Amino acid sequence: MNVAILGSGQIGTDLLIKLSKLAEFNVVLVAGRRADSAGLKVAAEMGIPTSTSGIDGVLALTKLDVLIDCTSAADHINHWNSVKDLNLHVLDMTPAKIGDVYIPNVLPIKEKSEQAYVNLNLVTCGGQSSSPLVFALSNILRIKRVEIASNIASLSAGPATRANIDEYIDTTEKVLAVVSGAPETKAILVLNPAVPPITMQTTIYIDFESAKDFVAQTIIDEINTSIRGMQGYVPGVRLLMRPVITSERITITLQVKGNGDYLPSYSGNLDIINAAAIHALYDLYRRDVEVNL
Amino acid sequence: MEKLIITDVTLRDGSHGISHQLRASDIAKYCQAAESSGVPIVEVGHGNGLGASSALIGFSLISDEEMLIAARENLKKTKLGIHAIPGLATRKRDLQKALDIGVDSFRIASHCTEADTTKKHIEYVRKAGKEAVGVLMMSHMAEPIVLGEQAKLMVEYGATSILIMDSAGAYLPEDVSERIKVLFNETGVPVGFHAHNNLGMGIANNLSAIKAGATKLDGCARGLGAGAGNAQIEVLVPVLHKYGYETGINQIDLLDAADIADSNFAGNGPTISSLSLISGLNGVFSGFVKPVMAAAKEYGVDAKEIFIELGRRKVVAGQENLIIEVAQELLQRDSTL
Repeated sequence: MNVAILGSGQIGTDLLIKLSKLAEFNVVLVAGRRADSAGLKVAAEMGIPTSTSGIDGVLALTKLDVLIDCTSAADHINHWNSVKDLNLHVLDMTPAKIGDVYIPNVLPIKEKSEQAYVNLNLVTCGGQSSSPLVFALSNILRIKRVEIASNIASLSAGPATRANIDEYIDTTEKVLAVVSGAPETKAILVLNPAVPPITMQTTIYIDFESAKDFVAQTIIDEINTSIRGMQGYVPGVRLLMRPVITSERITITLQVKGNGDYLPSYSGNLDIINAAAIHALYDLYRRDVEVNL
Repeated sequence: MEKLIITDVTLRDGSHGISHQLRASDIAKYCQAAESSGVPIVEVGHGNGLGASSALIGFSLISDEEMLIAARENLKKTKLGIHAIPGLATRKRDLQKALDIGVDSFRIASHCTEADTTKKHIEYVRKAGKEAVGVLMMSHMAEPIVLGEQAKLMVEYGATSILIMDSAGAYLPEDVSERIKVLFNETGVPVGFHAHNNLGMGIANNLSAIKAGATKLDGCARGLGAGAGNAQIEVLVPVLHKYGYETGINQIDLLDAADIADSNFAGNGPTISSLSLISGLNGVFSGFVKPVMAAAKEYGVDAKEIFIELGRRKVVAGQENLIIEVAQELLQRDSTL
């Protein structure tokens, strides 16, 4: 599949490195705005075509299957208006929330009969790191309230994250509501500037309706299965402590260590979104390409 | 001498001291008494401000809205203030609610190196025509020059004054004056200081701040507040008067407010417990004392050891989620010894 990356910041560059290792995908363009951006230099060194004219560079392409937008929420709205009538899939790495939320194995791509071309929103690091666990537990418990608190290294929070911290919270709370069915959700983001940088971690608090047949081991099993599922696309996910289970609340802390492709491994917050995007690309590949082979 | 502006944060930082269990009636009574004594600003809310009631930090007894309405109804001349930390509080959900209720003074806070997370929030409050105080929390964790740079950002965003918090109660008077001087020279706006008493320096650090040019100080009735508490306001005010500073507060009437806190919600007030001292010495957020005590009890480990490890990890406010993890780690380490 032919893939273009729009936005040559850290996210886009990390995706480029990830995609360069995969035979199924061919990066046909990395489009940025500044010729001196580190991402464009990395792309040029790899022999990947680059453009400094942003979305216009993408629109000039003739054969494109997927556009990955790694710019900002405000820019994505404009970009989407430019490409929505073209026959291509869009992965939205910003919190613009135009398209369907995509969480690997939890909120997958809708059936092809409904939509030929998709805009998938990869939500937030907090949403990606917590949704699989919350979804798994929502299958065995009636969840009343979900809260997640994510700690990320200051160095891993770029200007867009910092300017859009409210949007981060709003988007994360909405996706938690969808995967949990809970009437109340809360997301908290804390930036820590410690040196050396801290590895991303998320604590999930799940308040559930007590049931007579409540078995802590069932919950533990479900958590472990869910973590293994996440490790399938983010190998660096692990439980950081033994889950704390009372008759009303489950507290789970997990660490998300990134793959260290372009982004340093402490920024698991960025890596998990990119890993989910790769997962989405494979879903699209299986749906659109493999069936025709 | 220039008049100082004292903010009474009993009903906000004090909430930490009582696990955020303020009732509407406590707020109403205290606000009436504070106003009678001439306190210029009363700050109200969860210990970590708007939107902070949570499993992570602790749930408030009543909603932010109920707290602010109770205060608003009982403050006429005295301004109503709030504390808001981006990452916990959002513009649409929390700041707008506070604006609708009629909050006068907004403190927009971040960890001392993360000022750029406050830009949109400060702009939002300023656009609504309200004063926005840029607050740098856990300020002992950054060099004075860094604090100056961060404060300048907040002023660029529209902050009308700057306040640094000694959230861990880690400063000595010289640390305070050095930082206040830098902030004063770098920003050109009024500068404030918020003390914690972990090392017994609450009042002394405030005096050091004003001598260095600060004009805004915080205090709490009975010294209530996170950890070892804040500077005790009914002590701070007469001490300032003795030094010849004006506060506009009647120091005798202020005692009535302190007594109301005493008899309604302050309990015995905070002391410099062993843990608060360890928290101050290790530069860990004062608000961690209660959850650390709970985790130490739950896992049978030494609370002091938890604090030392948290200090080693350089945790910031809002990282309460690390406490249980550290307790489990200590338990495991102890059992393998």
